Amino acid sequence: MIQTGTTTWFARHEARLAWRDWLWLMSGGRRRRGQRVALGLFVFALVLHGVAYLSLVHSTELLGPPDKRTLVLITGMLAMYAALMLSQAMEAVTRAFYGRADLDLILSSPTSAWRLFAVRIVAMAVTIALMSLALATPFINVLAWLGGPRWLSAYGVVAALAMVAVSIAVVLTAALFRAIGPKRTRFVAQIVAAVIGASFVIGVQFAAILSLGTLSRVALLQSSVIVEYAPGNTSSLWLPARAVLGDWPALFGTLAFGAAALTIAVFLYAPQFGRFALAAAGVSRKAVAQTARRSTFRPRSASQALRRKEWMLLWRDPWLISQSLMQLLYLLPPMFLLWRSFYQHSRGGPLIVPVLVMAAGQLAGGLAWLAISGEDAPDLIASAPVTPAHIIRAKVEAVMGAIAMGFLPLIAALAFLDLLSSVAGFFGIVFSAASATLIQFWFRAQAKRSQFRRRQVSSRIATIAEALSSITWASVGALAAAGTWFALAPAIVAIAIIAGTWMVSPARHEASRRASAVSA
Amino acid sequence: MNKPASSALEIHGLAKCFDRPAVDGLDLFVPAGEFYALLGPNGAGKTTTLRMVTGLLKPDHGFISVFGVDVLADPVSAKQQMAWLSDEPMIYDKLTPMEYLAFVAGLWAVDSAVAEAKARDLVGWLGLEQHAQERCESLSKGTRQKVALAGALVHDPRLIILDEPLTGLDAASARLVKTVLRERVNAGCAVIMTTHILEVAERMADRIGVMSSGKLVAEGTLDELRQQAGSGHASLEDTFLALVDPDASPGTLAA
Repeated sequence: MIQTGTTTWFARHEARLAWRDWLWLMSGGRRRRGQRVALGLFVFALVLHGVAYLSLVHSTELLGPPDKRTLVLITGMLAMYAALMLSQAMEAVTRAFYGRADLDLILSSPTSAWRLFAVRIVAMAVTIALMSLALATPFINVLAWLGGPRWLSAYGVVAALAMVAVSIAVVLTAALFRAIGPKRTRFVAQIVAAVIGASFVIGVQFAAILSLGTLSRVALLQSSVIVEYAPGNTSSLWLPARAVLGDWPALFGTLAFGAAALTIAVFLYAPQFGRFALAAAGVSRKAVAQTARRSTFRPRSASQALRRKEWMLLWRDPWLISQSLMQLLYLLPPMFLLWRSFYQHSRGGPLIVPVLVMAAGQLAGGLAWLAISGEDAPDLIASAPVTPAHIIRAKVEAVMGAIAMGFLPLIAALAFLDLLSSVAGFFGIVFSAASATLIQFWFRAQAKRSQFRRRQVSSRIATIAEALSSITWASVGALAAAGTWFALAPAIVAIAIIAGTWMVSPARHEASRRASAVSA
Repeated sequence: MNKPASSALEIHGLAKCFDRPAVDGLDLFVPAGEFYALLGPNGAGKTTTLRMVTGLLKPDHGFISVFGVDVLADPVSAKQQMAWLSDEPMIYDKLTPMEYLAFVAGLWAVDSAVAEAKARDLVGWLGLEQHAQERCESLSKGTRQKVALAGALVHDPRLIILDEPLTGLDAASARLVKTVLRERVNAGCAVIMTTHILEVAERMADRIGVMSSGKLVAEGTLDELRQQAGSGHASLEDTFLALVDPDASPGTLAA
């Protein structure tokens, strides 16, 4: 029997909550799906291992003894991974400060709360390590299979990076809390997390464009200039890379560094967590006053009222704006490439179009979820004297209108450089955004807008289908921009994906049920 | 089917089954100009009934008519005459009360000049002036409930359906809401309200319906309900408990 109020007791409590949360995430909140979830995870893991094998089977330079080029490549990849981990860690720390789920209970109890916060900081490191490993594991396993078990030490490096990322995130968020106060920290921390997550990747892409005229990060990391100017093989900068390659002293050093950073963060900041949480709870929601406009009561049809409402809600959602800005940040490198191509009179269209098409699909999927599923007043809309078809049409128009506002200027700019690419980009964006919107419509499930972060869990099929359709339409756009009829092949695949998604969608089952009810 | 001119709501043989029957062959008639309170223990089927009336839930069987319009055959025309307000105010955090009212008026296709004047009146009546241009995210639960009520009234519905509308309201706000609703009834509208606050039903309702296990087990004025429950039940609470659970004797809980 574990004594109550101890660190072990809190750890068990947190582990139980985390396990149930994970199960909920995997099963989409539905019971009796254990076997299907397990089977789905197994198939997903197999596919990822296949992708990893195809990616690595020809990378013989990674399988031999490490040279400087290999060390630079692995270190660069680890830095990108660490930036993403830090971004996730900042999100997690911010949520821990502002989440009220059980804090009122714990902070009002006679238990020493710092133990709970210590457990929560460590739990964040474990969660982020596990999330990162979900994608890294297939690559590590395949490398271990092809190049020997020394590669298994990469697991330790991921764990060390997660510990360092969480430590830095705790320090950064606490600093923000002190510098700008609890009112602003939440929003600013989200922006900082987004920028950190994107900055390294974007920075490397900019460098790759400037030096090599390509978007490839690997090409930059393996370029002779970088390798030449990088420190010698014995530099301690390569310690994590050496650890990945199975150098046991390097692995021990990396793990020790991560553990030390996390321990310091726990001992310095866990006792302050309660104070931060109380300060965050004491922040009253600031009353945002809007200027009274005469246009508020302008004559409108129900469809116009719905579209206007959707646009106002999108525009006034700072979190959504920050997420959209992050997606736009990723568009900066291809836009920079476009700009360079314009002055060098070369065709950059086939490189830029797929990025635009992919971004449009992803953005449309998010907006469509918010408009169709994330309706905060479903009873009001459903009890209004408007047909469901009118409601859905107005919401789809709102989504497509927002996409048009974001992407039409880019398509117009592309037209000056390359008319064919512009046309291909236009249709690619339309098809990609329409496909994502259709998928969200077929898989709609009533939710609150605040649950946007978890929209992917409502249906794994919808999430995967949305991503596959965006990727496939991006391929269509790239090939069409290159002026080849081969674009028809991925177009057929994209249509097949959409048709297949419809076949397994709840909307189709509902339509079949209605049809059989009518015929009966 | 010809409906009496005074019929605000008419329900025949309404049924809805989830895992078990939630509403089981319900018949109900509410005339225009009546305040009708629907009581019942948790799970009695009150909210399910009202959600079917407002078109938020499809019945398995039955007929629902609102001011002579068949709700199932012509839901848009029926909804044009109704307003629905639930206990959890469903409003948009990022809109101001005035923007919310403009949106609702747009959905019900109310003329913009009429809607604006009506919205200003409602904001004044409900004491929302100081919050009229603030986003709803900063409003207290009671104030949000008042905004939702204003939304339900801005399109001048003839049938107002409320599910626990006084939840979260302070005494002054609750009185204000009751006054507004009574004025609507006096103006010829029908109000149907579920509540767990028996005193509210006792004071406000012209007639009270008591549901249990998906059925209407008793209906009438308070005196009529007392008669149906048998002698010795002076308060509505005793009457209510005797109707929904005839086996329970008065004072059981106290003992």
